[in-house]
Amino acid sequence: MPLLKNNALVSDTWLVLGNDDVLPATGDVIVPFARLLRDFESLSRRSGKLGVVFANVDRAETLATFLPRLSAVVLHFSAFNDGRAYSLARQLREFGYRGEIRATGNVLPDQLQFMLQVGFDAFEIGDRFPLQVWQAASKQMSLAYQRGLFRRSAESEIWTERHTDAEPWLEQPHAG
Amino acid sequence: MTTTEKGQIVTANRLRDGIAVFLTRSGEWSEAIDDAVLALEPEAAAGLEQRARLAEQACLVTGSYLVDAERRAGQVRAAHIRERMRALGPTVRPDLGKQAEGKANSFAAPEGV
Amino acid sequence: MYRYDEFDHQFVRERTAQFRDQAERRLRGELTEDEFRPLRLMNGLYLQLHAYMLRVAIPYGTLSGRQMRQLAMIADKYDKGYGHFTTRQNIQYNWIKLEETADILGHLADVEMHAIQTSGNCIRNVTTDHWAGAAADEIADPRPVGELLRQWSSLHPEFSYLPRKFKIAVTGAPHDRAAVKVHDIGLRLHRNAEGKVGWEVIVGGGQGRTPMIGVTVRDFLPEHELIAYLEAIMRVYNLYGRRDNKYKARIKILVHELGAERFKAEVEAEYARKPQASTEVEERELARIAAYFAPPPFERLPRWSAAFEEARLAQPDFARWARNNLAAHKVDGYTIVNISLKPEGGIPGDATGDQMRLMAQLAETYSHDELRVSHAQNIVLPHVKKDDVFAVWQALDAAALATPNYGLAGDIIACPGLDYCALATARSIPVAQSISRKFADIGRQEEIGQIKINISGCINACGHHHVGHIGILGLDKKGEEFYQITLGGSSAEHSSIGTILGPGFAGHEVADAIDKILETYLKIREPGEEFIAAYRRVGPKPFKEALYAAA
Repeated sequence: MPLLKNNALVSDTWLVLGNDDVLPATGDVIVPFARLLRDFESLSRRSGKLGVVFANVDRAETLATFLPRLSAVVLHFSAFNDGRAYSLARQLREFGYRGEIRATGNVLPDQLQFMLQVGFDAFEIGDRFPLQVWQAASKQMSLAYQRGLFRRSAESEIWTERHTDAEPWLEQPHAG
Repeated sequence: MTTTEKGQIVTANRLRDGIAVFLTRSGEWSEAIDDAVLALEPEAAAGLEQRARLAEQACLVTGSYLVDAERRAGQVRAAHIRERMRALGPTVRPDLGKQAEGKANSFAAPEGV
Repeated sequence: MYRYDEFDHQFVRERTAQFRDQAERRLRGELTEDEFRPLRLMNGLYLQLHAYMLRVAIPYGTLSGRQMRQLAMIADKYDKGYGHFTTRQNIQYNWIKLEETADILGHLADVEMHAIQTSGNCIRNVTTDHWAGAAADEIADPRPVGELLRQWSSLHPEFSYLPRKFKIAVTGAPHDRAAVKVHDIGLRLHRNAEGKVGWEVIVGGGQGRTPMIGVTVRDFLPEHELIAYLEAIMRVYNLYGRRDNKYKARIKILVHELGAERFKAEVEAEYARKPQASTEVEERELARIAAYFAPPPFERLPRWSAAFEEARLAQPDFARWARNNLAAHKVDGYTIVNISLKPEGGIPGDATGDQMRLMAQLAETYSHDELRVSHAQNIVLPHVKKDDVFAVWQALDAAALATPNYGLAGDIIACPGLDYCALATARSIPVAQSISRKFADIGRQEEIGQIKINISGCINACGHHHVGHIGILGLDKKGEEFYQITLGGSSAEHSSIGTILGPGFAGHEVADAIDKILETYLKIREPGEEFIAAYRRVGPKPFKEALYAAA
């Protein structure tokens, strides 16, 4: 299934494995969090990139020590209106994680901008809506009041704009 | 002799303006409850529900459901006061809603408390 | 009053355009109802019994004459000539069309208003003391913080799909008129021993199915830390609040199930873990906002107004209204005018377009262009010169807005109930009407004194029945409406949840039951003792006996 990244469709090169699927010798793999805990040593020795599927009932801090070794974290929306993953994504960014955060499941255009703002940057979007709908949805609002958002979608933070001569937001190395 | 028929009607809200409407025999949606088709059997009610679902898919109405009702002398009366209010208007504003627009009787016997 | 700058203007314009597009996509079938519902709710649009209902935000209950006129215009042009002021200091319209909603939002944007987050599982309109900036007992005006929170919570990307709705109230006075202890978060300004001001942060209060009094998680939070600290609370709730059962999804249940200490520890851990950016921007923003709430240019006046005193002597009706509907202002020579939207036999909180325009004009002429909506569904003119009060009263009286029952038995809080609301299980308004007719004699209301009678038409408690001195809850028993009565609730600084007195009543029996309760109170009270104090002294027993004694 193609992924939406930076407002374009890209092919998904990752292999998603279950807990007991055979680990291929090469290539990028995404494993369940339980397998990451179980097989972290062997997973770390591989040359390919490593990602994890993290459930929205797990606590972000349990993933913290693994983050430097991870290139993708997949957060699943079983329903678009279950907002837990928004906090998890933002926590991961606050921990300094700079790899991919991928949204899967019930991902819809009208939530896309919120997801971008909290730090998601890859989306499994299916084929229900054409690309233009997603592209338009990513910039429905050009302004946000909150500070410290993950600013891939480049909207202005109102409070920061109003007080431009104040100190910049310090903890946002990934802001773009 | 006037007979009373008991059964179920289908109601919904019209999507574009939210007005409470009732499914008629011809498959239209009417604001007047007296136009509602009354299903006397469960199979007939299921058929009405199916028609309502199609109307939802066609974006005519939303939130359709079955309501217990009876017909007597050409007038349809819902069993529950909630549904009677949807058919007539608020009990506290007899000047507003369908009761005031000639689309339904008013609360003939005031349902005051 | 706060005024939008270019950013605020652009923000609500873009939001309106976004909703227009969403509504069009819904009408074309590109969004399902399940997908559209949360989007329209977060723009204040419900689907009710008769039509759509639009709830417009009146942030912290403050509005100008121009804004009130626009509300009147919307009532006349898009609704049926009236609106309903709510217990969250908002206004709602009952006969709205989806296809016209974006136009209405555009008209609201013209006067710096919106309907953002007046519904949905997000942070709702922030409420506060309806006498803010005027009350004699106030430490500081809480509305700058209210505005700061309005901005921060608007379209917050992390907190727009919470387990359930989230309500914040703010008070800046020791006498709590904002019910901070029965909100998801209540903020109370107070002064410490060194004379500094800070905020007590109370979490997990609420009404609804499981009424609870909130617990204090921070006793004295410095103002510049408010946003960062609230983010930590919201995050703990968003991550760990229950989503399996909507009746257990409010933050009060999380606080209760974790226990206050563990909840506090979770919040403090999250607060410590979050990157601490400089709060300089928040401090500057708060200072910028606060400048808008500088007191209006009050005149230096004597405390005593000859014109006011003469009118009181000459006009007994005015004297009675003045006795009941005015409140102490912090500036000499001024008073707070409370306009009761509770005429005898009327619908609590309803006002016509004409009445709204009159109140707008009075605010512009006599109250520094300010109006307030109170959570008791009344309107306040916060800054009226005592010299002008008689003229204000004459104008109100001519528009049927001078009911002299503020805070008395006729000043009943009632939700719209089953007459309008899709969630209701019983009607509220007819019960309020029958009680207000029973106590039509204002002299008797005055004898009874301060009393809060609150009516909800379902367990969601929009009519605040749990915190009414007398609470009435409408329920459905096998298709029939019946009403449970509770006594002893209060939303003031010594908050309490009412206790159910006994078996419920049919609708037509409620007014008599309230009559018996109040007659009992008149018999047992000590000199000067208000109803709630008497109830707390004697408990439910004498009231139970009066209500349920074998006939």
